[in-house]
Amino acid sequence: MASIDVEGVGKVYSGGVRAVTDIKLNIADGEFIVLVGPSGCGKSTLLRMVAGLETISEGEVKIGSRVVNNVEPADRDIAMVFQNYALYPHMTVYNNLAYGLKNRGTPKAEIDARVAEAARMLEITQYLERKPRALSGGQRQRVAMGRAIVRKPAAFLFDEPLSNLDAKLRVSMRGEIKRLQRRLGTTSIYVTHDQLEAMTLADRLVVLNGGQIEQIGAPLEVYHAPASTFVASFIGSPAMNLVKGELHGDKLAIGPAMVALNGFAPTSGAVTVGVRAEDLRIARDDEEALPFRLEYTEELGAQRLIHGTVGDQQITAAVSPEIALSPDMRIAVDAKRLHFFSIDTGKRLPGHVPAEAKLAPVEPVI
Amino acid sequence: MVENRPFLNFLTHLVLILGVLTVVFPVYLAFIASTHGPTDFMSGIVPLLPGDQFSANYGYLLGTGESTAGAPPFLLMLGNSLAMAIMIAVGKIAISIISAFAIVYFRFPLRVPAFWLIFMTLMLPVEVRILPTYKVVADLGMLNSYSGLVIPVIASATATFLFRQFFLTVPEEMMEAARVDGAGPMKFFRDILLPLSRTNIAALFIIMFIYGWNQYLWPMLITTEPQYYTVVMGIKRLASVLDGDNQWNLVMAGVILAGLPPVLVIIFMQRLFVKGLVETEK
Repeated sequence: MASIDVEGVGKVYSGGVRAVTDIKLNIADGEFIVLVGPSGCGKSTLLRMVAGLETISEGEVKIGSRVVNNVEPADRDIAMVFQNYALYPHMTVYNNLAYGLKNRGTPKAEIDARVAEAARMLEITQYLERKPRALSGGQRQRVAMGRAIVRKPAAFLFDEPLSNLDAKLRVSMRGEIKRLQRRLGTTSIYVTHDQLEAMTLADRLVVLNGGQIEQIGAPLEVYHAPASTFVASFIGSPAMNLVKGELHGDKLAIGPAMVALNGFAPTSGAVTVGVRAEDLRIARDDEEALPFRLEYTEELGAQRLIHGTVGDQQITAAVSPEIALSPDMRIAVDAKRLHFFSIDTGKRLPGHVPAEAKLAPVEPVI
Repeated sequence: MVENRPFLNFLTHLVLILGVLTVVFPVYLAFIASTHGPTDFMSGIVPLLPGDQFSANYGYLLGTGESTAGAPPFLLMLGNSLAMAIMIAVGKIAISIISAFAIVYFRFPLRVPAFWLIFMTLMLPVEVRILPTYKVVADLGMLNSYSGLVIPVIASATATFLFRQFFLTVPEEMMEAARVDGAGPMKFFRDILLPLSRTNIAALFIIMFIYGWNQYLWPMLITTEPQYYTVVMGIKRLASVLDGDNQWNLVMAGVILAGLPPVLVIIFMQRLFVKGLVETEK
């Protein structure tokens, strides 16, 4: 068990390509941190620098109170789970789990006990004598996790561990990872490009873009108060609608339409306006609303996504499937559900923050 | 083919049988010839059934040798050939697997030029460099010795290249997982790479053993003492008698003896080879 502190870490590859810039991140003991971002955003590089598989060009990484910049991965007291599992194909599951312990000179009896415990926890006891090739994808994933657990490390590092599984298995393994992490209380860093995985697993999310941190926060905070247009469009499905608008006093102009802001205007002039699909609704006849031209719909079962345009800008709204649709509708939104971003920097403009963003996370019942 | 027509079946079998006969018949003739007395070939009619001189011919060849033709006992030459072939095969594999390991997994100055240098020697047959090599070996005083037979041919660009290609297919995460698991480079090599290379090692051993066994020009150049003759040279010496007729029965017995060990190696190693193919997966 240990905290992890990443202090101003950067990575420049030989040849001058910069992958990661000035990352500051303090991870508390037992915390589950998810690094999320599109491919090439530097999230894996950051994880691998913490693991010691990449050299650290700038800044320092501390595990516990020890600076580990020049410490071999094996001596950093971390365990890593890889995307393709990286199990040793010629060893049995037992030997796969025991290999790291054997290399550390752990007594045979203790290896036996630890492997048995991990196998029981992951329900792979009956496969201990098999080779990895005789296991299914989900079982291999469990073995890979087991290899991390037996070591009882200060931190787990997950590098997209679920990307090779099918959708259904991914959901159940996701739950299992969360459950195990809660039970063991081990500090974890988890890398994924899947925003849903990030939302569901994280105590705190770190959204990365272009090698820099866009936002750090609890899942609900990141969802309800995205710090930039990038975070707004990356977190949540469907992505937040982002349209150009202009603030005139207490009114917002989107194309030809005007929306009353009831005092929620943070500034004036041109802005990028963000609104979640579920915050849009079909307008009543008597209210101020945006003219919406329907283009196509997607059925999600509980919800129906309607895609169309307001003026010349794309908008997606999530509505109840029971509502009748017509090609020309009007959609309305509460002013306090709008997000305003600077049109130049894409950063969130200071102002109203939805109450949901401050909701305390649900403490798990173990 | 999924089709199953009787005529096609007949045809494919016919072709296969003809092919086998073409290969096997000369070998059969050689064996038959090696079981007859020396005068049975003078008539010009080659016998097709085994004679009664099997034990006499082979016993004479293995134990005494044909000293008038300059061929020592075959037992000695077989031993020399075996020692040379095994040393060449094992040496080639050991050296090339370590070179490939260095080239693939370590970053050192001139790594890429080193690889290309090795790769380029693939294009140079032994015969091209045989005179300078002879000079070097002679100056080092290695003529008429096992080290002289083995060392000049012990490096293998082919094997290095094959191992390199194989190592490149081993996922990088495997090495990283081993690093996190506390295995240093040599431990990773021993515990992970070597077991994974089993099939490649078996295949290369077969190829390199036969390569070593069939060495002809090089042993002939550097050995002048019968004590170091190899069996392939021995056949040549049997077959070139200065005065009088060749003793074809003995030559053929020598051919059979020289051909047997590679066949045994293939039969024995093929099991291991196939077993490895079935069991290993990256």
